[in-house]
Amino acid sequence: MEEKAYMVPNPMTPGQVIIIDPNLCNGCNTCVEVCRSDVLVPNPEKGKPPIVLYPDECWFGGCCVGHCPVPGAIRMEHPLNQRVGWKRKETGEYFRIGMKNPPPPNTRPPVG
Amino acid sequence: MAEPNYMQAVDWPYPVHYGKENEVGADVLVLGGGIAGCHAAINAARRGAKVAVVDKGAVIRSGLGGTGVDHWHLACTNPCSKITPEEMMGLVKGFGDYFYLEYGNGITCYITCKESYDALLDCEKMGVKVRDVDDEFVGAEFRDEKTKLMFAYDYENKFCIRVNGGADIKVALYNELKRLGVKIYDRVMATSLLTEGGKQGARVVGATGLNVRTGEFYIFKGKATVLSTGAPAGLWIFSTELAGAALFQEPNLTGEGTAMAWQAGADLTPMERSSSMLASGGLSYPMYGTGNAHNTWYACTIVDANGKEIPWIDRDGKVLKTVSERYRPAPGQKTFFYGRMAPSYEIWGPSLIPDLPERIMKGEFVLPLYADLPSMPKHERRAIWGLMIGHEGKTRIPIYDKYSKAGFDPDKDMLQVNVMPPDQYVFTAWWGSFGPRQWRTGGFCNGGGLVFDWDLKTSLEGLYVAGQSTYPGADHSVAACSGRYAGRKVAQYAQTAAEPVIERKQIDVEKARIYAPLKRRDGMGWKELRAGLCRIMQDYCGEYKNEETLEMGLRWLNSIRESEASTAYARNPHELARTLECLTHITVGEIVMHASLARKASNSALEFNRLDYPEKDPPEWNKLVTIRVENGDIKVGELSLNYWLLPPYAPTYEENYRKHSGL
Repeated sequence: MEEKAYMVPNPMTPGQVIIIDPNLCNGCNTCVEVCRSDVLVPNPEKGKPPIVLYPDECWFGGCCVGHCPVPGAIRMEHPLNQRVGWKRKETGEYFRIGMKNPPPPNTRPPVG
Repeated sequence: MAEPNYMQAVDWPYPVHYGKENEVGADVLVLGGGIAGCHAAINAARRGAKVAVVDKGAVIRSGLGGTGVDHWHLACTNPCSKITPEEMMGLVKGFGDYFYLEYGNGITCYITCKESYDALLDCEKMGVKVRDVDDEFVGAEFRDEKTKLMFAYDYENKFCIRVNGGADIKVALYNELKRLGVKIYDRVMATSLLTEGGKQGARVVGATGLNVRTGEFYIFKGKATVLSTGAPAGLWIFSTELAGAALFQEPNLTGEGTAMAWQAGADLTPMERSSSMLASGGLSYPMYGTGNAHNTWYACTIVDANGKEIPWIDRDGKVLKTVSERYRPAPGQKTFFYGRMAPSYEIWGPSLIPDLPERIMKGEFVLPLYADLPSMPKHERRAIWGLMIGHEGKTRIPIYDKYSKAGFDPDKDMLQVNVMPPDQYVFTAWWGSFGPRQWRTGGFCNGGGLVFDWDLKTSLEGLYVAGQSTYPGADHSVAACSGRYAGRKVAQYAQTAAEPVIERKQIDVEKARIYAPLKRRDGMGWKELRAGLCRIMQDYCGEYKNEETLEMGLRWLNSIRESEASTAYARNPHELARTLECLTHITVGEIVMHASLARKASNSALEFNRLDYPEKDPPEWNKLVTIRVENGDIKVGELSLNYWLLPPYAPTYEENYRKHSGL
């Protein structure tokens, strides 16, 4: 069977630093305006999610996530070579950022 | 789903006007809108100056301190502090930073001791939470019940304040700038300083800038200028695959300030300092993002793979039995700073056993290690994970939110320490220790910078410094305090300074320089160029140097400037800015190599190793070596290590501060 394939440049690394949910994003571009390095640029189509143009320049400060007015519309992902793990003291269970079937989120807010 | 056609270029999302000139006039020009630049602008504006702030990013979040601060150093004048500024100056003999470093600067250190608490109160007035007003920590050892201030490290002497609203401090500064009517030029990268008559060494009268989105050109005219750009970072390692998340220095800090001050003829020192620094390892993890016991994590209990606790000891090696003791000076000791990193025994603090590497090697402790938060007292655990991790730079979203959403619970979970060769466990900022180091990663309390006086004025008329542009750089509170002080001084200077006159030829030369990469299509892209320049720094100006390697390094840099860098292309304003950063990289590399050639002696405080001058610290070289350029010639000078207390200055800090502080 013949499949379709394309000549494309290699994926950038890291490549998935920011993930935008197109169903939640309202295209306000607040993230674009707070990003210090122009990792994101506005979508040429107004109201659409910004484009993550330079993921390889991300500092992972998270400003885009912190300023987003729509909870959950944008999330930051640590590159795979930056993900860490932890052990539950009582049970010895081991977890890590990015694992399949993670434990339920801890909803306690930070101080302040 | 339609497959995107990656090979087809999409139009740049912003209108592009390469070379279009925008002229901006101000009394005070602030280059770099980070913590120092914001405080400088705010304080100049409050004194009636018309102020313009120029920033490569967006002032609302830009700069190394833009993502937060959790503890505020040297707040010696807060009502609970048991250490006066004068006592502090007696303790921090290196002045560079109050916990690591020699060959620092007593001026910015003293200014911080005097004004750190005031700067914090100022931020509080802008809306930043700095106290436990919600009474979450009532009864905690580190909380003062009357003022509700909370302290870190030394719970007896109380001069370092925990800031429980620091994550959004930059937003508060930004709002204050807006309120005061300061003009903000976001996304404008300053590219050169303008001098009177276009002459090197003359009064600074402005700067040029490039808008990194539109490609437009800016001519800033200012009676006085504050240089508050970040120090050069990333000169030795460039790898987006390894560094991004772990990088302490932010990628925008490429040294434009240093390079433009050099080209304008300013004196710099000690640019040869080649220390590795906190979070400088090329294989680092996210800052504060693995288990450890340093900085925001001080003084977390650490256990090995079998749950066996790593002992904490005091400066004399006595094992500390309680968590509380880790936050107290040793018997008879005035105060302490972090662990044993401080230069003298006098201020060594409690630390994990310094022979941990050997004991791991012998099998006494089994890797991996863990930060045992669940075993910590409730308030200490919440202070580390919740207050400190939550408000420190790059922790709110990347660590607190991210890890919480992934299910991490500090009441139950022990965060793993990254696994490294045992010798790496000697320093406790474990997230950042591992891998090839960023030699002189710059800035944060360890780089070189501009020479300055008690007015924070540089060797050039009209040019003042704050934050990382000072040597040896600055942390958050030093940046804030030097910014306040510089802001007062420039406002005063601008009141009587002559109107700036710009030399048109200087503009034309700069425009020709910065737009050249747009005309090329088949040369090298900026990333390959950047990585190649890092290679030159690693090879010829690395941990060990000699005359031959440094001369060879200069030869390579110059050759690259003539060849690969002269063919580097840019296809949009963003790439243009990144390409210009590579040219900056060459200039800063040359400065570092010239400075390294000028110091003909090895020096332990500067982590400076000359293979051709192997004797460490010969007394005749215990001085600052200054360098500047004049008509293409390198001019080397020297300064005493305490030049700020020698003529023409007064012999005491207090007297100099009284004469110069503008208060």
